[in-house]
Amino acid sequence: MTVRQRFLRFFHERPQLKAWALLAPGMGWLLLFFVVPLLMMFGYSFMPRNPLGGVDAGFTLENYARFFDPLYLKIVLKTLGYAVSCTALCLLLGFPVAYAIARAGRLRNFLIFLVMLPFWTSFLVRMYAMMFMMRDSGLVNSTLIDLGVIETGFEMLSTPFAVLTGLVFGFLPFMVLPIYSSLEKLDLSLLEAAAVLGARPAQSFVRVTLPLAMPGVVAGSLLVFIPALGSFLTSDVLGGAKEVLVGNLVQNQFGSARDWPFGSAASFVMMTLVLGAVTIYLRVRDAGEAMEK
Amino acid sequence: MNTQRLPYWLTLGVAVVFLFMHAPLLVLVLFSVNDSKFSMEWKGFTTKWYERLAERQDIVDGLMSSLTVGLASTVIATVLGTLMALAIARHEFRGRRAIEALLYVPIVTPEIVVGISLLILFMAAHFPLGLGSITVAHVAFNISFVAVVVHSRLQGMDRNLEEAAMILGADEITAFFRVTVPQLWPGIISGAMLAFTMSFDDYVITSFVAGTDAATLPMVVYTMVKKNIEPSINAISTVVLLATTILIIVADRAGREESLTAKKAPAE
Amino acid sequence: MAEAPYAGPVVEFRNVSKTFGNYKACIDISFQIERGEFFSLLGPSGCGKTTTLRLIAGFEEPDRNGGEIRIDGQLVNTQRPYERQLGMVFQNYALFPHLTVERNIAFGLEMRGTPKTEIPGRVEKAMSMVRLDPGLFARRKPAQLSGGQRQRVALARALVLEPRILLLDEPLGALDLKLRKEMQLELKQLNKDLGMTFVFVTHDQEEALTMSDRIAVMSNSRIAQLGTPAQIYECPRTPFVARFIGESNFFEGKCVERQGDGWLVEGEGARFEVPNHPGLSEGGAVRIAVRPEWLDVFRPDAVPPGENALPGVVRTVIYLGETLHVLVRVGQREVAVAVRNEGQLTRPLTFKAGDAVVVAWMRDDCQVLEEDG
Repeated sequence: MTVRQRFLRFFHERPQLKAWALLAPGMGWLLLFFVVPLLMMFGYSFMPRNPLGGVDAGFTLENYARFFDPLYLKIVLKTLGYAVSCTALCLLLGFPVAYAIARAGRLRNFLIFLVMLPFWTSFLVRMYAMMFMMRDSGLVNSTLIDLGVIETGFEMLSTPFAVLTGLVFGFLPFMVLPIYSSLEKLDLSLLEAAAVLGARPAQSFVRVTLPLAMPGVVAGSLLVFIPALGSFLTSDVLGGAKEVLVGNLVQNQFGSARDWPFGSAASFVMMTLVLGAVTIYLRVRDAGEAMEK
Repeated sequence: MNTQRLPYWLTLGVAVVFLFMHAPLLVLVLFSVNDSKFSMEWKGFTTKWYERLAERQDIVDGLMSSLTVGLASTVIATVLGTLMALAIARHEFRGRRAIEALLYVPIVTPEIVVGISLLILFMAAHFPLGLGSITVAHVAFNISFVAVVVHSRLQGMDRNLEEAAMILGADEITAFFRVTVPQLWPGIISGAMLAFTMSFDDYVITSFVAGTDAATLPMVVYTMVKKNIEPSINAISTVVLLATTILIIVADRAGREESLTAKKAPAE
Repeated sequence: MAEAPYAGPVVEFRNVSKTFGNYKACIDISFQIERGEFFSLLGPSGCGKTTTLRLIAGFEEPDRNGGEIRIDGQLVNTQRPYERQLGMVFQNYALFPHLTVERNIAFGLEMRGTPKTEIPGRVEKAMSMVRLDPGLFARRKPAQLSGGQRQRVALARALVLEPRILLLDEPLGALDLKLRKEMQLELKQLNKDLGMTFVFVTHDQEEALTMSDRIAVMSNSRIAQLGTPAQIYECPRTPFVARFIGESNFFEGKCVERQGDGWLVEGEGARFEVPNHPGLSEGGAVRIAVRPEWLDVFRPDAVPPGENALPGVVRTVIYLGETLHVLVRVGQREVAVAVRNEGQLTRPLTFKAGDAVVVAWMRDDCQVLEEDG
């Protein structure tokens, strides 16, 4: 047998080995450059800080204890607040968009493509676009002044309004796409059937459309909530130094404050919130599937 | 009752939201050719902001760095991701759940956490920070992505095709290259282009693992945004927007090519 | 020096078993396929027929200690599909979408290293064999072909290699009725013209009966019966075979005593005779299958002598054109009788729904059944 034949026969007789051989390079990369760093960061969060940067040997819970300090607690709650508000707003604005596109017939694919386009472009550029609009000398202020609505520009940046608007602007496509996916299967004939059976438009919506869209709503909410929790750029560009979220806190600890252990702990607090959200999502999804049976 | 047309208030509302989603970007593009430094008024068409970009060494260097990192990380991530997709789609193996979970870790981990954890690793291992470390990081977050895209393409593929090739005399390797790859190719291209886009646009992760010397284009843009320099930011933003849009359109077109499930056959 | 060609069966299965995890797809399968034969594997979904075909092809391998598969006398249990030199037509044709028709057909030739100059000629010949105009179709891609055309390309692609066996996995399933019938005849003709062994998998018993030299009827991972179409149809061995092939009425009873060279049976509210069969004993249970066309319906006063007769009531008469199906209620059973239509307008039946009648058959026009097992 040639080398090639031997090689093929070897793997043919060992299908598990073949699978693992294919997986190994990618898995190795992910383990080494994702899992290991996360574990190291977890370890760091329990170590005392070295004033010259990095960590000292030892074990301490102080980094996590600091989160009970009202200053830091406020940051965590603020972040949660932003994430929840952003998700709610995205749902409010995104659902009608997804619904309208699902009903758009032939224009569907084009419209959904348009919605997804900004999602793929640089988040940084998009935040800058928001900044450009909302600056003191920016477009919104200039237009309002020109229209005579206000006398002098009012400060939009560095406010919760700016950060929230930036977050919604940034993550709205994440909400639209999953809801649209669920509604894509919306057959107009379902609505017509409901109408024939005497349902008014509002009733059709609640009884037919909404249940169909539910999986998309839940998925979309998750896809917005998670990055919102972890967001950093938005508050950095649009919030100035005034709006500090957990993301900014972390960045600070790894930047000028040079407190890596505390930054690691803050990251883990963030991760816990994220995992909490994912767990809730999975429970809700499984409960939904169980109800359907 | 007409179920065809939507109520006018809904259409209007959706149009407004659409405007909100896209107008800021269009404004940027508009002002990148506006001959005005600070004012919001239209002062005439000009390309000088773009010319200023070309003169700036940091922009040119940043672009080169981004392209290098993008290309390298895309190639590596595509190969690794495709191999993983093949393993998952075509084989039964124990530990399958664990692997799928592993693939989802990058998706649920916030970018900033990814960035700092990698920084910790590199520093502890004394791994030099620069274009190399950036590439390593980009590959890490793109593998999952390519794997998922190629996997779904594989699932839609007719398994009989490889068997047909084998009964005609092709061994596994030949069948893979002559039959599987041509079928997968649009999906691989699509995944690769999207991976390139993610790499090209990334700021957060890159900023942590770049060290002091290296700078990709998004890092240069960030500095410009923070320092609030002149309208050249609009110009570079437009360049980035345009480049990404083209890449996405190409990726989308490539991905749609030749549906793999049996098309409805023409009549006899 | 050329070896003398193997004289035995071209395919031989000896006690072959194939298990997937916990599921036994094939249990103790044994059969031989003769050279040039049109051999069908027939059965309902999940019976193991496709797995058996895939075992011949090499896409599955028998279990360790799961018997022997021989092709032309050679043990092939672990031989890879690309080493077996067989041809196969898949259920959904599996044409390579990115290649033109001619590249599809040429694929196998390229794998073999056939000289480039020879290829176009052989492709053209294969296309003519399946009646596809090379001029019209060679450059087209599969997406531009109709279902029937794709099927012909799949056939040509397999035949161009002149394999010793052609495997067909329900190739006609996706075609409309008229095209199916056409292709059935064409395939049968090809089998005879080329003298090539065909192994054909189908769930359609009519198709199998029409085309095959021999049929292996499979059920629950085993072979229920192996024989010619006539043997399978006229002498089904088990209730499953009797039910699956054509239509059957089943009658049961207990053997009372020997009568001549057969048995007298008490059952179905009357007494009737059955032919002798190994396994029948006095007091033992017996079940027979009687096809509708072996039965006849008579008025109670007009029963011919020497025939078994069961009294019943006509429920309904179904007009099928060539035949009439008379459904008669006999005791708890509904019995179907196929009566030749002699022209209802000129020579109508002498009974109608609601009439008391007798269902009769000649003693030997039945099949004594063994149990499914």
